[in-house]
Amino acid sequence: MARPSLVSGAVIDGFTIGERVHRGGMATLWSVTRPDIATPLLMKIPLISEGEDPAAIVSFEMEQMILPRLSGPHVPACFGTGDFARQPYVVIERIPGQTLYSRLGELPLGFEEVREIGGKVAAALADLHRQNVIHHDIKPSSVMFRGSGEAVLIDFGLSHHNQLPDLLQEEFRLPFGTAPYTAPERLLGLRDDPRSDLFSLGVLLYFFTTGVRPFGESESMYGMRRRLWRDPHPPRQLRADYPPWLQEIVLRCLEIEPVWRYPTASQLAFELAHPDQVKLTARSERIKRDPLGTVLRRRFNSGLTQPRAKSDLAAQLASGPIVAVALDIGEAPGALNEALRVTAERILATLPAARLACLNVLKLGRITIDRTLDEAGNNKHIERLVALKHWASQLKLDDGRLSVHVLEAVDPASAILEFATANQVDHIVIGARQNSRLRTLLGSVSAKVAAEAACSVTVVRPPRPARLQEPEPAEDEPDEVKA
Amino acid sequence: MAAEEVVQLALFADIHANRQAFSACLDVARSRGADRIICLGDYVGYGGDPEWAVDMVMGLVEGGALAVRGNHDNAIGTAAESMNAQAQAAIEWTRGRLSATQRRFLAELPLELQDDDRLYVHSDASNPAKWRYVQSASDAARSMLATAANVTFCGHIHQPALYSMSSAAKMTSFVPTADVPVQLLGGRRWLAVLGSVGQPRDGNPAACFAMFDTEARAITYCRVPYDVEAAAARIRDNGLPRWLADRLPTGR
Repeated sequence: MARPSLVSGAVIDGFTIGERVHRGGMATLWSVTRPDIATPLLMKIPLISEGEDPAAIVSFEMEQMILPRLSGPHVPACFGTGDFARQPYVVIERIPGQTLYSRLGELPLGFEEVREIGGKVAAALADLHRQNVIHHDIKPSSVMFRGSGEAVLIDFGLSHHNQLPDLLQEEFRLPFGTAPYTAPERLLGLRDDPRSDLFSLGVLLYFFTTGVRPFGESESMYGMRRRLWRDPHPPRQLRADYPPWLQEIVLRCLEIEPVWRYPTASQLAFELAHPDQVKLTARSERIKRDPLGTVLRRRFNSGLTQPRAKSDLAAQLASGPIVAVALDIGEAPGALNEALRVTAERILATLPAARLACLNVLKLGRITIDRTLDEAGNNKHIERLVALKHWASQLKLDDGRLSVHVLEAVDPASAILEFATANQVDHIVIGARQNSRLRTLLGSVSAKVAAEAACSVTVVRPPRPARLQEPEPAEDEPDEVKA
Repeated sequence: MAAEEVVQLALFADIHANRQAFSACLDVARSRGADRIICLGDYVGYGGDPEWAVDMVMGLVEGGALAVRGNHDNAIGTAAESMNAQAQAAIEWTRGRLSATQRRFLAELPLELQDDDRLYVHSDASNPAKWRYVQSASDAARSMLATAANVTFCGHIHQPALYSMSSAAKMTSFVPTADVPVQLLGGRRWLAVLGSVGQPRDGNPAACFAMFDTEARAITYCRVPYDVEAAAARIRDNGLPRWLADRLPTGR
């Protein structure tokens, strides 16, 4: 069958070709329209003429398989694909604006701006990983932003889908991608670890805050392999005013072994959202690279180069959830808080990569002007933080897995729900107050949280004391469901 | 039935006289809108209901299903097949249970069938009568290079797998995830190894079959829980080797 010619005005499967927008190494991009679709569209057509890199074909096949399955604000919507049998293409939503590549002339950027960018990209990665996809080519030119602020990841030609054949697995000897951003394990042929994307994001954060690429620009195999044993200069060595919390985050992303990085993109986003809660370790203080002895030990330690068992993306994400426990500090809720502690303990013991956010809501009056000080002149906010930390101290958690938050709000349930959404919380643990006249009057906080949360909610009650059996009601009444 | 109307294929391999598993799979396939049934061999052997299994397949074929012969079906008619002792014991027992009509039906089944750009065969298509396993990318390559088919469907190894070959003859291998459709892209050739209906050996005791959508060119591997205990009891009650019953609940 003859291929339709690619010129402005041609029509492929109902899409009218407009102008050519971009010609890259592997594909050309055309603006297209279709009468029934209002969204601005791009058609991506792989370069497959004689002498072209076969990589272009395989990358295109991966995009063709992956793009139609992705959804949500962090990816371009897909409107159609065409096969190699006729004219290969994918049609995707055209995201207005520039990629982060356009900012390269302004580097280094301010710490606060990079923190925001990093948080948005980490949130986008979390949503991509949740959809079983590892991007494998995170770099400035793969990141765009919607008008509403969300990061949009583009270019899935090197991606890995955990539930689809990986057509790139044995296709090329060299691990392929963008050399400065490639994670060390990729050089060993590993393509199934989502933490490879966290490494690439770490490179981007380092580069954007210092103006220097942590592992240089070498594209030779040896130049790339150095990152398997050679750590980058700590950012503080390059910028004396570099905040320790940011160095902690960036160097943790750039750890050689994936297990030393953040367990999930959500946990990285959480740290970027709460810089005051980042646990500072020796990483944050480093002003020099590791001594030569350490480097040599890594260089000749075969542990890093051993083949490993295939990891299951979904299982890995599930093992590192963000758990939020909502505590009542006020009116003598001793037994309930004890029951919450037991529940939290069980979850954390089962999932060593989980992190715990302890929440308390400082209720504001609807009409009255609130004072931060109580009658005795103590700061209520700080008192609550102290109480939360005391409750959590019995869990004996590493600080890196724990954070405490006092939310000030008129409506406690809404405050907890907002926190859960903003921080990609996977599981809320909350106590149900028993026999409270207030609950019957105002409605239950736990019931509202359980009904409206986008994640799992566990409602905890203290052990029930024995009670005298009440006489059976005369007629069967439907059980009332209470939380 | 006109070829254009057949969109949803339901494919079954290695039924092995497991009535409970095959019935459960057929129910699921029908509820998913199967237009045509394809049987990839080994209807008997191992399991306790060979007469029922062969009758069922004969009925399906009468109704338009396609079926090829497997090595256990072949062994009913020829004593020459080399098998392990337990498989051999099951074959001897099965042979005595089947009628002449049933035995003739099995013996006359083709070794392979071509359907549009698809090939149905029990094992390695490069020499179907040798019953070689397809258990690696190189086995898959040998089978694919020997045929002109765009997609080959086979069974025999009782472990699901999906192989592809690019236009540059590079191979990929993949263990499919249940219920996730995979589009078999037109730019490459594919070999789908089905899991077993009646005796899964991939650690998952649920029966395995596949649906193929000929329009979307997408394959979906399906796992179906069934009454394993009843199937195991049929094996024990018929005095067949106990291991054949014991392996069903673990899928090993």
